Amino acid sequence: MAKTKPAYSRTFTRRAVRGALVLLLLLSATACARSEDVPQSSLEPAGEFARAPDVLWNVTLAIAAVVFVLVQGVLVFALIRFRHKEGRKAAQFHGNTKVEVALTVVPALILAGLAIPTVGTIFDLQGDPATDVMRVEVIAHQFWWEFNYPEQGVTTANELHIPVDQEVVLELQGAATDAVDGNAEVIHSFWIPRLGGAQDMIPGHTNFLRISADEPGRFMGQCKEFCGLSHANMRVVAYSHTQEDFDAWVEEQNAPAAENASGDAGAGQELFTETFDVRSTVVEEGADAYQCASCHAVQPGVEVPLRTGPNLTHFASRSTFAGATFENNAENLAAWLRDPHGVRPGSKMPALDLSEDEINDLVAYLQSLE
Amino acid sequence: MATAAAQGGLFRRPTATTGWWSWVTTVDHKKIGILYCATALAFFVIGGIEALAIRTQLAVPNGTTLTAETYNQFFTMHGLTMIFLVVMPLGVGIMNYLAPLMIGARDVAFPRINAFSYWVFLLGGLFLYSSFFLGGAPDGGWFGYAPLSTQLPGNGMTFYALGLQILGVASLLGAVNFIVTILNMRAPGMTLMRMPVFIWMTLVTAFLLLFAMPVIAVALFELMFDRVYNANFFNPATGGDPVLWQHLFWLFGHPEVYIMILPAMGIISDVLPTFSRKPIFGYAAIVFAGIAIGFMGWGVWAHHMFAVGLGPVANSAFALSTMFIAVPTGVKIFNWLGTMWKGDLHFNTPMLFAIGFVSMFIIGGLSGVTHAIVPSDAQQTDTYYIVAHFHYVLFGGAIFGLFSGLYYWWPKVFGKLLSEGLGKVHFWLMFIGFNLAFGPMHILGLEGMPRRTYTYPDGMGWNLWNLVATVGAFIIAVSIAVFLVNAVRTKRKGREAGADPWDGRTLEWSTPSPAPAYNFAEVPIVKARDDFWHRKYVVKPDEQVTPVVAGGAVAAHEDEHDPGHGIHLPAPSFLPVLAAPGLPIMAYGVIYSWPLIVVGGLLLLLALFGWVLEPSEVEH
Repeated sequence: MAKTKPAYSRTFTRRAVRGALVLLLLLSATACARSEDVPQSSLEPAGEFARAPDVLWNVTLAIAAVVFVLVQGVLVFALIRFRHKEGRKAAQFHGNTKVEVALTVVPALILAGLAIPTVGTIFDLQGDPATDVMRVEVIAHQFWWEFNYPEQGVTTANELHIPVDQEVVLELQGAATDAVDGNAEVIHSFWIPRLGGAQDMIPGHTNFLRISADEPGRFMGQCKEFCGLSHANMRVVAYSHTQEDFDAWVEEQNAPAAENASGDAGAGQELFTETFDVRSTVVEEGADAYQCASCHAVQPGVEVPLRTGPNLTHFASRSTFAGATFENNAENLAAWLRDPHGVRPGSKMPALDLSEDEINDLVAYLQSLE
Repeated sequence: MATAAAQGGLFRRPTATTGWWSWVTTVDHKKIGILYCATALAFFVIGGIEALAIRTQLAVPNGTTLTAETYNQFFTMHGLTMIFLVVMPLGVGIMNYLAPLMIGARDVAFPRINAFSYWVFLLGGLFLYSSFFLGGAPDGGWFGYAPLSTQLPGNGMTFYALGLQILGVASLLGAVNFIVTILNMRAPGMTLMRMPVFIWMTLVTAFLLLFAMPVIAVALFELMFDRVYNANFFNPATGGDPVLWQHLFWLFGHPEVYIMILPAMGIISDVLPTFSRKPIFGYAAIVFAGIAIGFMGWGVWAHHMFAVGLGPVANSAFALSTMFIAVPTGVKIFNWLGTMWKGDLHFNTPMLFAIGFVSMFIIGGLSGVTHAIVPSDAQQTDTYYIVAHFHYVLFGGAIFGLFSGLYYWWPKVFGKLLSEGLGKVHFWLMFIGFNLAFGPMHILGLEGMPRRTYTYPDGMGWNLWNLVATVGAFIIAVSIAVFLVNAVRTKRKGREAGADPWDGRTLEWSTPSPAPAYNFAEVPIVKARDDFWHRKYVVKPDEQVTPVVAGGAVAAHEDEHDPGHGIHLPAPSFLPVLAAPGLPIMAYGVIYSWPLIVVGGLLLLLALFGWVLEPSEVEH
């Protein structure tokens, strides 16, 4: 058939091949250029529970890549080889049973091959945890995370601390109602990609997620199930420490909060329990005046029973605040206190009627809570 | 309005065959098909504008184009629009115009119900969009997960629950209509296994709609009761369960994916043979694969819920079913390749879009298989990787396939060929723009960017690919503009198509273009699959194809002197367009004031009463 290919078809083929090569080079160049700075990438596992999915992913990707090249290759070949030219006659066949059976069976076999390690890994990851695990209770709120360490007695928010080389079982408690407004709590999903896959937190259900880290480090994550206006701002940071550093952190968290007798911070401490008018709130019902202390505890290991916000006992020891959205510094804190809903839509923290001086004092107080 | 002859109904019977009244009162499946497609294309532009706003917001970190509030409304409405107001009705529009023509029928089984379906669809879409002017559009995502959807403030999600309910009525009625039409109204000799693949896929789609729509209807009623009447289906504090919504939604939602893709698969299964000058490869296999997908599509819904915590047994079961639905899907891809193999490929615009479908669907299909790998899906679920995947299936697949159909059948519908030059510009811009917009989203998702987020901070490594995706989205927008220019230009300057411009294989090409009101002067008698092609050509034992008559096309022009005189057609009617507003009026009543429920209900009831009394045909 292909005895007398016209010259233009060869140049066309050559051009097509050259074009594809250039494209591939460009793609691989960009692929290499970016490996540095992807703090939330699922492709950079940092512990065994993130590595197991990654291994499966790599196997699947390799198989898919081969299938992709073969099938697209056949397509492109057919498009070039069988394109219309003068005198071409289309062969009039209706099928080919052998080919059809083969092309049904082969993909089924490949999929069966993929199914085996998949099911194995599913049971591994969701199977019984090891006996010497550390437990952390996680409660998700709109839009922040509460972490309770039952064995260590620590209560903190948005920043999770774990020891390295230690299997940690997160007990993901789906609260039935929102502590602030009494509505049903919504679904969130806990996800720190470099430490493990995501697990939903469903009101009325408790799920478990196993994570671990090989090395000390800082890992980014965020809520993965759409949960309202600030879903994008519901982030989480995990720190992994050596056992000694972790123990030191626990001790620090269990120490009583700093006392401030004087200065701006002292004034801030007094303001913390003063009642302010509410300028705006996303919560429709409820009081029209609040104290900071009506939601925020400044005492280790304590939750405020009714209207719950993050425990602030050692607030200054955290690198971020407000669902790990903002870096913890004076400027960001002031902006947050001035207009919480402006910087973080839908936040349940009410905007209080604070003067600039009061904001200053409160910031100083918060920064003293090391 | 033309003079109407009194015909024993409640109203004088409309008789206009041209002018806008003829469109309002039509029961002709071809006019209704055009209305469906035109409406869907208008919504396509609106949904596209929402997409551009979303991409503009995400082009750079900490974008300030949209507020979180508007962003949530836009991404919700973008999804609802593209699914319920674009892909589904475009498929339905093409089915409407083509299905009777392809099976040799003069209309659908229930012409007035067909008109009613269209008006309900249009008003359902407008009802949904009216929310933008009534305090805010739905903002809980197209998937409307409870309990967020039950307690989002404002009326947005109530509009969602009621709007989808109305659109569901249109879909259900359409499904019944197509099932009855295809099963009962085929021309003599058009056995099931001689039907064009597009008709087969229409039939499977109609059955999927018939069974899927009631499921979402139940879920939407429960959502409505939770929101409006303080019921507690999904509130755990009072004994409800949020996971119930997810099961109901995805039990509808996954068949819905096949409802969107199967018509497009049918279209390209007719386009590829025509432009390869070959019969379809493995007709039976491609038909049975479609049916198999229709059945298996019901057994994979929980792969949308792998992170819910259903347990390792359920997750494994749904992983397996999800993997194995790839087998019939693969069969289809191989059959399309087999159809082109050793063919004589003509790269007209419909063919380019069909090839684009095959190529993009390979990617979407492969990324679909990766979702079955539960442990890695726990990383990819709810990230941009998923957004990339389903756009490769529903845009690279469904939309490319539907455009293939629009370019292919445009000459049949309007009698004029769309410009090939502009068509090719449209294709290449869309192909490039599409891959730039959605290709990088795979990488973004794997690098940890969750979906449904109105903003992202700097320093996550997501800036480059987001910018590229935005550029791609705008290239797609330009390609759609080229298509619209092409459509308008063709009306004035387009080349006359004739009955059979593509050397078609199926019955619709045997009748003049545009198809006359009565479709066929004489009901065709079908002797083979691809009957019209066999009337034109003889295949000799040595596989040589020779035309039966010099010049090819037969039977196409011979009835032009006889404009269907004496053929009884269903008469136009006011009642479908009168009955349809009853539904949105009732829905407004649920939101604003209960007496409106009564008003809407009475209007619907009275119109249906008149409908029963009105004969379907006008006696001569």
